[in-house]
Amino acid sequence: MSVAITIRNAVKIYGKNIVIPDLSVEIKEGEFFTLLGPSGCGKTTLLRMIAGFNTIEGGEFYFGDKLVNELNPAKRNIGMVFQNYAIFPHLTVRQNVAFGLRTRKLSTEEIRTRTDEFLELMQISEYADRLPEKLSGGQQQRVALARALVIQPDVLLMDEPLSNLDAKLRVEMRSVIKEIQNKLNITTIYVTHDQEEAMAVSDRIAVMNRGVIQQIGSPQVLYQRPANKFVAGFIGKTNIITRALVPQENTSKLLISDSYAIDMPVIHHQERKQVLVSIRPEDFQIVEDTEGMAATVNDSIFLGLMTNYFVTLETGERADIIQESTINSIYSKGSTIRLQVNVEKINVFSEDGAKNLLLEE
Amino acid sequence: MNQLKKKRTPLEVWNIIGLSILLLYVLFLVQPLFNLLKSSVVDNEGGLTLAHFKKFFSQKYYISTLANSFKVSIAVTFFSLLIGVPLAYFYNLYEIRGKKGLEILIILCSMSAPFIGAYAWILLLGRQGLITKTIEAILPITVPRIYGFNGIVLVLVTRLFPLVFLYVSGALKSIDNSLLEASENLGCTGLNRFFKVVMPLCMPSILAAALLVFMRSMADFGTPLLIGEGYRTFPVEIYNQYVGETSVNHNFAAAISVVAILITALVFILQKFLANHYRFSINSLHTIERKKIHGIKNILIHLYAYLLVFISMLPQLYLFYMSFRNTSSSGSVFTKGFSLNSYRIALKRMSSAIPNTLFIGGISVLVVLFLAVLVSYLVVRRRNVVTSTIDSISMLPYIIPGSVVGIALVITFSKQPMVLTGTVTIMIIAMIIRRIPYTIRSSVAILQQIPMSVEEAGISLGASKLYTFFRITVPMMKNGIISGGILSWITIITELSTSIILYTSHTVTLTLSIYIFVVRGTEGPAAAMATILTLFTTISLIIFIKVSDGKEMVM
Repeated sequence: MSVAITIRNAVKIYGKNIVIPDLSVEIKEGEFFTLLGPSGCGKTTLLRMIAGFNTIEGGEFYFGDKLVNELNPAKRNIGMVFQNYAIFPHLTVRQNVAFGLRTRKLSTEEIRTRTDEFLELMQISEYADRLPEKLSGGQQQRVALARALVIQPDVLLMDEPLSNLDAKLRVEMRSVIKEIQNKLNITTIYVTHDQEEAMAVSDRIAVMNRGVIQQIGSPQVLYQRPANKFVAGFIGKTNIITRALVPQENTSKLLISDSYAIDMPVIHHQERKQVLVSIRPEDFQIVEDTEGMAATVNDSIFLGLMTNYFVTLETGERADIIQESTINSIYSKGSTIRLQVNVEKINVFSEDGAKNLLLEE
Repeated sequence: MNQLKKKRTPLEVWNIIGLSILLLYVLFLVQPLFNLLKSSVVDNEGGLTLAHFKKFFSQKYYISTLANSFKVSIAVTFFSLLIGVPLAYFYNLYEIRGKKGLEILIILCSMSAPFIGAYAWILLLGRQGLITKTIEAILPITVPRIYGFNGIVLVLVTRLFPLVFLYVSGALKSIDNSLLEASENLGCTGLNRFFKVVMPLCMPSILAAALLVFMRSMADFGTPLLIGEGYRTFPVEIYNQYVGETSVNHNFAAAISVVAILITALVFILQKFLANHYRFSINSLHTIERKKIHGIKNILIHLYAYLLVFISMLPQLYLFYMSFRNTSSSGSVFTKGFSLNSYRIALKRMSSAIPNTLFIGGISVLVVLFLAVLVSYLVVRRRNVVTSTIDSISMLPYIIPGSVVGIALVITFSKQPMVLTGTVTIMIIAMIIRRIPYTIRSSVAILQQIPMSVEEAGISLGASKLYTFFRITVPMMKNGIISGGILSWITIITELSTSIILYTSHTVTLTLSIYIFVVRGTEGPAAAMATILTLFTTISLIIFIKVSDGKEMVM
């Protein structure tokens, strides 16, 4: 049966290296939860601590109410899908899938029916009696999933399962994974460094950096209201510029350029200070208006639906802008344009980038 | 911050296995070596003395045996590389007719006991040798004699160049074709390319092969004993001091052994130091394609390869021929015509040689494989103090000459509480010690190819550690293990330098029986036994090639 997972104050140390200093997270029953971060951020380490392959130097790991810190990985009842699939090359597809059922000493008949069921579910019945070396990457991935799921695990753990597949197959397999997870409603922890993949499959995502969870939230929240500069830059593209925030009565004014300032009604501050403004490429608007900040076009790429402009702002910073393509309206190199920003969608961080001022209070 | 728990080491099954293996090593390897060291520094009354070492280093004669060994080893290493590297290069870059058969023959050259080669060469090129007499009867010249330095080098080179061939071939197979194409594209071709690109890329393997050849020639004892005559090398000296007819001095033999170990250890360290300069990894997607060449170059390459193999196989071929010649009833004189007399005599006088070989070889191989698989697993997957110690100790026999292993075992197991001298057991122990470093290395190499996650997959599916090991890991290593086992088998049945110190009339093996026949001057039976041994190795080799299926060979 599916379980909730609670991790409290987890610590991981390799030699003198503190990989995870102090990490707590709660994963709900039946949730598709993703650990997302750049390589070396500790996401796989954390996953392997949950699986029981890494020692735990501190903190508590619970499956439901059960403390599993000292529990043998063989007894945790987890299904795991490895980055390289870890298919047993000397066993046929069927024997691979049945492996976990054998170790559970089920009757031959039950092993047969359950194996068949999952071979069918993953659409690999026709390869049942082949050796895995004859299978393509996507098919091996299906075997790995079937093998992990057939034991009816409490938790499904997946460690960058799609990173060895080509782009097209990756997109196909991620919908297969999502679909199966929905059908079985099993608590799933998924590790990836690919933010697009994470957004596509997850209910919630934890963005990690240097062993610390930066933010936990739905894909939408992470994109629209990132908790700090790191998350803003890691999820999607953004332009970060340093600007002054000036207190007004009940509001604050953000000085984008000498001639262009915008009201930030949600932020209240007593004194003038420097802040980081995060503006996504699509949150700039090219306007014919006189109000706005001037910019010079350095180059443009026509992408079909959208057109990407690389500009230098009047204040000297470079920025990426993306606009819906319109007929006859590509601005040429060297031309000057005027920009406004979408006030609702931009984010303002403290000067050190550590917190989002819009999320305060 | 939360409290950090010190992880305690549970007494899990692999720790128990590790400790047991360490115990075995201490009992059968460390202890004998310690006793050897001890006996090298005591006098007849049991007092501490350095007299044996003084004696060795103060007499010109003993120093000269050391110098001779060095000269031989350096010459053999040099010529083996000179012959073996080009052969590997030609074999892997150009299309050679009958290349599969050629490879089998090359490997076969390396698999007979060297003293058998020495013996056959004497029959061919010695004072009464067939070729010597034929040439001198026709031409008015004196053929240079084979005895001494030249003979030792000839015999050892024809037996050891295949090692260079195998190592360098392995390296060439891992070079990506694009590297060669890139160098050609940049204008570097032919010999230039060989020295600037191919050689440096093969350097780690060349150095490894050089070390192996050097060690083997340094430790070889049968060849100089038979063909060296006045040219004494120091494994022969150790043997003479130990079992010699004239003056037996066990402590002095022990002292020379210690010197021998120190020297080989030094060479080993030097090689490791050199090898560290050439460390890189290549991602090979496309292996080198063999090119067809035409004209004179093509002919020369074929001539080179086949002539080399022919010369190296000549001793075995000649012994094969001799084994079917008619002999007198004593077996020592050849008479006209052909018969199976030699085989009859050989099998009658040494009836236990074949069963002994099968028994000692078989048991040794099984134990070697069993231990090597466990040790390699501990070394690769369970790094800790105990397994690192096992790793280091297990490599010791690699640098210890075979005769020294023999002496160390005799010193240790000829007194209570464990008297083993003269038994089959001590022979088996000796063979295991001699062979295990190589099998461990090859098992380690296989295991490193198997990703850890496969085992973790097994465990996460609820299997125990041992169940995973035997159901997943061992089957995945299976082919490698079997081929490693066959190689061990071949080296064990052709082993002489250790067994000659340990054998009694009950434990004579095929190789020993050939040696005994040779020493007694019964040439027919010697040739017969040598042919039987060659048959054994050939069959084993063919099975090996079938099993390993083109994979690399780790000697």
